[in-house]
Amino acid sequence: MTEEEEDSSAKMSEDVKRYLKLDTRSSAAATSEPPCSSSSSASALANNKSRNFKSFEPPCPDHVLENVLENVLQFLTSRCDRNAVSLVCRSWWRVEAQTRFEVFIGNCYSLSPLRLTHRFTRVRSLVLKGKPRFADFNLMPRNWGAQFAPWVAATAKAYPWLEKVHLKRMFVTDDDLALLAESFPGFKELTLVCCEGFGTSGIAVVANKCRQLKVLDLLESEVTDDEVDWLSCFPASETHLESLSFDCVESPINFKALEELVVRSPFLKKLRTNRFVSLEVLHRLMVRAPQLTSLGTGSFSPENVLQGEQEPDYAAAFRACKSISCLSGFRDLTPEYLPAISPVCANLTSLNFSYANISPDMLKPIIRNCHNIRVFWALDSICDEGLQAVAATCKELRELRVFPFDPREDSEGPISGVGLQAISEGCRKLESILYFCQRMTNGAVTAMSENCPQLTVFRLCIMGRHRPDHVTGKPMDVGFGAIVKNCKKLTRLAVSGLLTDEAFSYIGEYGKLIRTLSVAFAGNSDRALRYVLEGCPKLQKLEIRDSPFGDVGLRSGMHRYCNMRFVWLSSCVLSRGGCREVAHALPNVVVEVFGSDDDDDDDTVTGDYVETLYLYRSLDGPRKDAPKFVTIL
Amino acid sequence: MAYEKKVNELNLKDTELCLGLPGRTEEIKEEQEVSCVKSNNKRQFEETRDEEESTPPTKTQIVGWPPVRSYRKNNSVSYVKVSMDGAPYLRKIDLKTYKNYPELLKALENMFKFTVGEYSEREGYKGSGFVPTYEDKDGDWMLVGDVPWDMFSSSCKRLRIMKGSDAPTLDASL
Repeated sequence: MTEEEEDSSAKMSEDVKRYLKLDTRSSAAATSEPPCSSSSSASALANNKSRNFKSFEPPCPDHVLENVLENVLQFLTSRCDRNAVSLVCRSWWRVEAQTRFEVFIGNCYSLSPLRLTHRFTRVRSLVLKGKPRFADFNLMPRNWGAQFAPWVAATAKAYPWLEKVHLKRMFVTDDDLALLAESFPGFKELTLVCCEGFGTSGIAVVANKCRQLKVLDLLESEVTDDEVDWLSCFPASETHLESLSFDCVESPINFKALEELVVRSPFLKKLRTNRFVSLEVLHRLMVRAPQLTSLGTGSFSPENVLQGEQEPDYAAAFRACKSISCLSGFRDLTPEYLPAISPVCANLTSLNFSYANISPDMLKPIIRNCHNIRVFWALDSICDEGLQAVAATCKELRELRVFPFDPREDSEGPISGVGLQAISEGCRKLESILYFCQRMTNGAVTAMSENCPQLTVFRLCIMGRHRPDHVTGKPMDVGFGAIVKNCKKLTRLAVSGLLTDEAFSYIGEYGKLIRTLSVAFAGNSDRALRYVLEGCPKLQKLEIRDSPFGDVGLRSGMHRYCNMRFVWLSSCVLSRGGCREVAHALPNVVVEVFGSDDDDDDDTVTGDYVETLYLYRSLDGPRKDAPKFVTIL
Repeated sequence: MAYEKKVNELNLKDTELCLGLPGRTEEIKEEQEVSCVKSNNKRQFEETRDEEESTPPTKTQIVGWPPVRSYRKNNSVSYVKVSMDGAPYLRKIDLKTYKNYPELLKALENMFKFTVGEYSEREGYKGSGFVPTYEDKDGDWMLVGDVPWDMFSSSCKRLRIMKGSDAPTLDASL
């Protein structure tokens, strides 16, 4: 070291030493509010001779700490870790807030936009979730809330550098999208999942004004057709697009504009088209974008099949797309074209057939090449036989979802415990399953619990309400009990079929990591609800419908509601008095009650019976935008 | 509790051997009020458990059950009954097999051997005396062709082809 370096290093250690001395002297100094003026530290050491260091103006100890902390915290990305860090002391709270660039808000009503912008000053990415999941099934009246408007207004002022917005179950208007597009010049990623309230005109503004746009993903959202050619609204120059998903947009598109867009988007990796894109159009897109890794294939049906005319070589197009690992779409599949995807099967990690009526015979020749599949979604049209084929080949399967082709209670139901058991025996690495069926056995469910210890998500929907084990006639208690007992990593559970309180006693006893629980048409009494609320310490999201749970059960969770994201109880046996009791006991919890869709005409829910209870914790009290059919107790 | 009693009874019924599908409870109908979900503003718990009417075929659908998002339900077959005034029996068609009104009307014309008139928004169908109508989700009888196809195909519950003098003109109904 040179002389100067030696000096400065000696000086630095003096600072640190002084800081350490200060620290041991009084913890009050460490937790005091800003600023770290030397006078405040001097006052902490009233008769300290070290006052004479004031003349050198060394950095205040708190400043040193904050600089160090800032540099360290930049590496901390997990929000759980960051939440923990922010609780250490005020100084840490402050520094953490300044270094949090990605904010996740699981319930948009848990705090106000103002609180967000006051605490976190440098946000670049915002994830916001609105309505609870049962809203997807028409259990919530329209216009309940979860508007994006106040959030975009607040963030437009506070974070002009905002780059990413990810919304789930929010109400987003075209005006909101326009404001977003105008307010954030560096905006890069927009993802709207299960959202509604906007149309193609809003999308057009985003496409046109967000010149740095990399991601535009519209997933499972309701997009009104404003008859705007939004694809033509992208700027004419080369784009930064990496991902474009519009498979949920139920309106025709300008194929030529899409093709031209793809040509001038060299970074495009993910393209999910809608059902208006025929095989011919898809072929042209694939030829122009062989670098794609994820492809939503549109209808997968030819527009015109003229006799004698040469059809495009679809298999060749797939062969040329060597990087495709994720395939979806098949919205209107013409079966004889399915084999065209064969060239990419060996590389596929994700395959979504859940819009295609695929029989076992159609599936087998395809799936037998899909050795690397990790995510597989399908309709139950593949039958138990198809599931057996999946089990035989897809040893790397992590996630399986099987949806009903005919989603009615009394439909035929071509899959059963046979398929479930086959999957459990073949796909030992399974982590997540969603399975709709008409009949199930405790034996099959138990087999899965034993064969698939890595399960974190188990969602079984036996579509007929209160259906018992179809072989033994017994309730499904034992099967679900085995799941919670054997799957020690389980964090999400959805139950169905005939279930007594016993099933819930198992959930309470063994479901120690469960964060999300969905219950429908189950249980006998309040004891069931009590088992869960007393037994599951990690429970965050509880959604229950049509089960015999009342005020006593609700009361048993008083100690938990402040630590949960939300509780939903609909068509149970709650009374207003019982709900009011919770509201009065827990001032930090907002208790909303409202009726079903049909109650739009009523001004308020009259009488004692509560159709729907939705409660959630909130830092800023009840919301001011509640519609008149919602009563906040 | 009254509810528990009913559950226990249901348990027995569910495990009883019978020819019907599990869950069909014709006997239960005597004990519980059967009511249609739609007309019931405040669904009491008992009523939601069984809305089945005494005559099959399909149960009245419970709101939001099974929990499949609406856009996924487009896959399913949706047969609707078609009647024509004067025809001896009804027919059934799957609306999902048609992509638009011309296709549907052509199929109906073939099925019942008639021709439908010229459609105009103002005057409905003119020229043939046959008027295609449908009953929508709200139970109202509407003229086929007034609303966009997708809206029609998801809200149409049954079709009726009204004939000749039976078919009221729009003027007369106003």
